[in-house]
Amino acid sequence: MTTRTAEKVLSFEEALAGFDPTMGLEVHVELNTVSKMFCGCATGFGAEPNTQVCPVCLGLPGAMPVVNEKAVESAIRIGLALNCRIASWCRFARKNYFYPDMPKNFQTSQYDEPIAFDGWMDVEVDGETVRVEIERAHMEEDTGKSLHVGGATGRIHGADHSLVDYNRAGIPLIEIVTKTIPGTREKAPLVAKAYVAQLRDLLLALGVSDVRMEQGSLRCDVNLSLAPAGSGQLGTRTETKNVNSLRSVERAVRYEIARQAALLQSGVPIVQETRHWHEDTGVTTSGREKSDAEDYRYFPEPDLVPVAPSTEWVDELRASLPEPPRERLARLQREWGFSDLEMRDTVGAGALVLVEETVAAGAAPGAARKWWLSELARRANERGAEVADLGVTPTDVARVQALVDEGRINDKLARQVFDGLLAGEGTPDEVVEGRGLAVVSDEGALSAAVDRAIADNPAVADKIRDGKVAAAGALIGAVMKELGGKADAGQVRELILAKLI
Amino acid sequence: MPEITRAEVAHLADLARIDLSDTELDHLAPQLVVILEAIASINDVAADDVPPTSHPLPLTNVFRADVVRPSLTAQEALSGAPVEPEQQRFSVPRILGEEA
Repeated sequence: MTTRTAEKVLSFEEALAGFDPTMGLEVHVELNTVSKMFCGCATGFGAEPNTQVCPVCLGLPGAMPVVNEKAVESAIRIGLALNCRIASWCRFARKNYFYPDMPKNFQTSQYDEPIAFDGWMDVEVDGETVRVEIERAHMEEDTGKSLHVGGATGRIHGADHSLVDYNRAGIPLIEIVTKTIPGTREKAPLVAKAYVAQLRDLLLALGVSDVRMEQGSLRCDVNLSLAPAGSGQLGTRTETKNVNSLRSVERAVRYEIARQAALLQSGVPIVQETRHWHEDTGVTTSGREKSDAEDYRYFPEPDLVPVAPSTEWVDELRASLPEPPRERLARLQREWGFSDLEMRDTVGAGALVLVEETVAAGAAPGAARKWWLSELARRANERGAEVADLGVTPTDVARVQALVDEGRINDKLARQVFDGLLAGEGTPDEVVEGRGLAVVSDEGALSAAVDRAIADNPAVADKIRDGKVAAAGALIGAVMKELGGKADAGQVRELILAKLI
Repeated sequence: MPEITRAEVAHLADLARIDLSDTELDHLAPQLVVILEAIASINDVAADDVPPTSHPLPLTNVFRADVVRPSLTAQEALSGAPVEPEQQRFSVPRILGEEA
């Protein structure tokens, strides 16, 4: 039975002193197909209960499932992106169990013939790369959602019961299972978190899922066991379910290490069981004891014929894969010459694509980063908006920088151009025109302003004549002031030096 | 020869949610042995060059396009429910100790 009393735990450091953790991660991802895995019911999130159901996903007698081709395509693309081998022939299987979230009394899944297997993903943690081996990625279907009604509502007999909505039942799921990940020691919690984060980015880049953990379209189960430090053995594992945020993945691994270590240290063996993660209290509690695989009495699904992807189909899907996220980041950093910190800031500000497109529109990478991360990120922050939603486009930013490069405006005026862009005053050129922001490039007007500055500041002019070039700053300031900031400082400086030296 | 014990029959019955009395278990265990023996005769003709068959049809890749088709209404979906629905949901007995 479930117990809510807090269990004894060791500190993380004590636990690691005595034990080596081994992890395995199972991630369920809901595909973003518009229809379900085996029927044409819609898959939208948040519909009224039991309005996206039909005889197939309700398991009514005689209903026949047919496989969604797009879901198979997504499964193969996920497999390929995880460097897996793709089965040339595989079947669906029935996983038999009685639980009201599955109206058929079995889940259509894959058993010993997953569509993708033997892959890997490199995960970056603290600048170190950990290779996570992928055991398999298989196709299955999601379950319905239960609402548990307690006995405390004063109902007849006070009997507990549940209310089930089958809208989610039959939505395509891909289950991605890692091989055991040994040897990560104190980094185990961070490796687990980084793996799920990178997997999420990969699935997003593939466009196969919404990957919204808070809506349950990406869910993680954590398998964890401990063995005496240095023994190289494998201990008994627990499977923690319901770990549905990146932060929770890290916390759940950390907690299970500390909990299991406390038990083992006092001589209590670990029971192989399912445990539930509680986001609010940060602990796991015992669920049901894990059934043996045989108890599900898997057998080939008789209502579905095998899936046999041709080499041509797989090659075609391979060609459609996006550049993997890590490779893309590494390539962009190389191309742009950004430091690690600059790259992290760019990603963190949600400006990676914006900078990429601004560079593609002709701006230097450093300039693109400067405008998006300082000027525009600040304004987005003031408005409580994402920088991508400001309404300023990469093309605009590239044009503003081009105007600076051409000497038609300076950085200070560029900021006013952004004011105009945000106020909807048109293109950068129209803002410059409309606000009269162009620098004075008329040699005659500049020359006259410089002459006046020299005449007004004879002492400074003498210093420059004596070779103290640094003093020119005061004269540049005077010229800029007279011209209302609309001059190119470099050009003014050249003029001053030419006149005095 | 396949062997199936009384305990295995009890376990299978439990998995299938079938309530069997002691008398029934005593009766069924030897019967299942006979059935398994009969099926095992397939082994006599199975050859290494014949792969196990799960589907009699020589078909693969029967797919449907990812297109939404009309669902039932909630009222239709719930019309066969054995217990009066609540909140437009199927009402089922809670399985103790399963969900946290």
